[in-house]
Amino acid sequence: MQRISELHVNGTRLRIDADADRSLLSVLRDDLDLTGSKYGCGEGQCGACTVLIDGQATRSCITKLSAAAGKKIITIEGIEKNGRLHPLQEAFLEADALQCGYCTPGMIMSSVALLSKNPNPSEQEVVRFMEGNVCRCGTYPRIVTAIRKAAQSMKGGGR
Amino acid sequence: MSKHIDDSIEVERYELFAEPAYHFTLELERRDFFKLLGGGLVLVFTLDAFASQESGRQEGESGGRRGQSNSAPKEIGGWLHIGEDGSITAFTGKVEFGQNIRTSLSQVVAEELRVPISSIRMTMGDTDLTPFDMGTFGSRTTPTMAPVLRKAAAAAREALIDLAAAEWKVDRASLAVKDGKVIGARSKQSLDFGKLTKGQKLLKVISENAPITPVDQWTIAGKSVAKVDGRGFVTGKHRFTSDTRIPDMLFGRVVRPSAFNATLVSVDSREAEAMAGVKVVRDGSFIGVAAPSPQAVARAAAAIKVEWKAEPQPSSKELFDYLRKQAVESPRANVTGSIADGFAKADKKIEQSYTVAYIAHAPLEARAAVAEWNKGKLTVWTGTQRPFGVRGELAEAFRIPEERVRVIVPDTGSGYGGKHTGDVAIEAARLAQAAGKAVKLLWTREEEFTWAYFRPAGVIDVSSGVREDGTITAWEFHNYNSGSAGIQHRYAFPNQKIVFHQTKSPLRQGSYRGLAATANHFAREVHIDELARALRIEPLEFRLKNLEDARMKAVLNAAAKAFNWGKSKSAPNRGYGIAAGFEKGGYVATCAEVSVDRTTGKVKLVRVVEAFECGAVVNPDQLRNQIEGSIVMGIGGALFEAIDFDNGKIVNGRFSRYRVPRFSDVPLIETVLVDRRDLPSAGAGETPIVGLAPAVGNAIFDATGIRLRSLPMAPNGLKN
Repeated sequence: MQRISELHVNGTRLRIDADADRSLLSVLRDDLDLTGSKYGCGEGQCGACTVLIDGQATRSCITKLSAAAGKKIITIEGIEKNGRLHPLQEAFLEADALQCGYCTPGMIMSSVALLSKNPNPSEQEVVRFMEGNVCRCGTYPRIVTAIRKAAQSMKGGGR
Repeated sequence: MSKHIDDSIEVERYELFAEPAYHFTLELERRDFFKLLGGGLVLVFTLDAFASQESGRQEGESGGRRGQSNSAPKEIGGWLHIGEDGSITAFTGKVEFGQNIRTSLSQVVAEELRVPISSIRMTMGDTDLTPFDMGTFGSRTTPTMAPVLRKAAAAAREALIDLAAAEWKVDRASLAVKDGKVIGARSKQSLDFGKLTKGQKLLKVISENAPITPVDQWTIAGKSVAKVDGRGFVTGKHRFTSDTRIPDMLFGRVVRPSAFNATLVSVDSREAEAMAGVKVVRDGSFIGVAAPSPQAVARAAAAIKVEWKAEPQPSSKELFDYLRKQAVESPRANVTGSIADGFAKADKKIEQSYTVAYIAHAPLEARAAVAEWNKGKLTVWTGTQRPFGVRGELAEAFRIPEERVRVIVPDTGSGYGGKHTGDVAIEAARLAQAAGKAVKLLWTREEEFTWAYFRPAGVIDVSSGVREDGTITAWEFHNYNSGSAGIQHRYAFPNQKIVFHQTKSPLRQGSYRGLAATANHFAREVHIDELARALRIEPLEFRLKNLEDARMKAVLNAAAKAFNWGKSKSAPNRGYGIAAGFEKGGYVATCAEVSVDRTTGKVKLVRVVEAFECGAVVNPDQLRNQIEGSIVMGIGGALFEAIDFDNGKIVNGRFSRYRVPRFSDVPLIETVLVDRRDLPSAGAGETPIVGLAPAVGNAIFDATGIRLRSLPMAPNGLKN
């Protein structure tokens, strides 16, 4: 079986030794101990495992390692810079856009992808883009608020 | 049902009754505390003083059910430690599942100790470190645990003043506590907590009332404080059970039966056992495997050939007939007045049946456990709402004393009543025992949907009699299987008969957010709407006419006012609905606006206004968060969530087949907090869910003239 020996995660090239057909989520969590990305369903239906691959929001639970190798992967652990939270992380805290917090990393990674594509989304655009992320605690309205607040704070040369 | 845990536990917490009763005792030995916590000041609060108060509260809301005071073991409610370095740690057996009690409990402790909330550490849900607790359910943290920790903190504050008074040889009345220091009133003297506790080993057991801060002087409690450890969640650093890692641990998997109640015929695990590092465990009906990696364990489990035998079982389509037929004979009826007289006085009589489906909690973090045996002691990290209960389950399963079991509950990816039992902990521990290494076991989403337990399905028959002037004269209410929570109400019906019929359940069932209050409120509040419509009386006015309870009326009026109830419809195929309820000390009223597309059948919830009153509000923003979350979760059960099962198998046990509320399902939500600072605080994690389904059902009727009496109401939209 083909094996993958290197993965580009959060700006660093990391040595791994894993079957190419394993899920990216499993390699991140079990091999690299990057446990911020969560298992929620294993079929790409809940978004808890969302990471960025070359800037695209991607469900890592249904992404084979072979499809991620050689590409730039960003996980929730990689968006805080020099101890400073990403504006979306700040906004989630400010809006109390979490209860149990299990969906939060996936929500934030999807939001990062959204704002990089559309820096000023309408409420409807947020809802449409985020539809694949599930929050069982029901904090959706606060998440929408947080994303739109972050969009405001990122204006004018933020990230 | 013969075994019993506590009389105050609602009967529909079916999952709890399968267990034996445990008797917990904790020796209050001074040396144990200081060995555990280090030197300093320790305040221990015994719960006994609270038992009678809790009992009164329970009785008031449940209509004659016995309270817990007679059966509660002598137990410790909470303790508080101020270390020799001045660090403050509060200990509680409660657990954090997203209801944000780590924050709200920190608030009350910080309040009494006059320190910033960031100074408080909370150690929660660890059976070796925290006081015994029955479990985090029933919305009891705020009414029962918060006062315990508040009083412990108040007593600690007073003890610190005593220490300072002794040090300075002054009258304690001249001293005050501020900003983590005891300060002298006239002099410039001050001592911080660490200076006072240095070298001390002072243990105080308190059960009398400590001088707590009156509500009108709250400065930290009563305010919106952000989740205290929120940063760990937004950065992905918080370790849930499923993220826990122990060096050299194995990964586990359980080989599940082909259907519910299936029996094992044969197992061939030779191929799996030949794989490197794989340990297969077969013990009775349990078949499991442990291996060094998630891939290895998946391969090994797939290689095990198992034959099961299952008997024919009821399916979803025959569920409601089954529940009626399987009802237990002669249940206890709760009767007021004379139902026959009530019907004789009525001008109109209505009889209707309502049904609710089984639904799944589907917590986003599926059940998980990491188990490790070390010199005969078992430690399990697991996300359970009952750490001490699960400790008991483990002790029983492995026939070891409870002192040799430690259960640790990391802040968990939600539960909603679904994580009361220790299944996954027991499975992981059995694998770890056999493998001689720590084992991590994560249930898959499909396992979570299949092998956990469900909110009970139910059938509710209601007959009522009403006079032309809108006075309800007779109320007869039979609930089959759902449960009795919320079966009583706040209406002033002079003649009524209310009966909960236990039945056999085709599926494993148990607690769910609000328990059967969701089902009972749906049936009652829809039925009341039917009566109002039949008499052509405006539904809000009709409710108020049949109510005497001022708190119930207050939330109804508050919701109606904020919703602008009574305004004319904004568009055709739009409708408005209202519903009210009471449960677990909280009062709720919900107004909903829906729009129904009569061509596509699509039902869209447009706007929800909910007023909630739970006494004095501890944290307004987190309370709103819980109310909003309840409304959103309630949308699923109201409109589309239902477990589909066929002959012992779950048909729709994954997110691609079981629809949960998503972003686009969420209406405009407005919450109205009725803050009663003159009343003790009640919990708020559950009751805000009960009004949503009936308000939506009533709004759909208002929009279309179609009366929906089954939850979920429109799983595939509303067909003409």
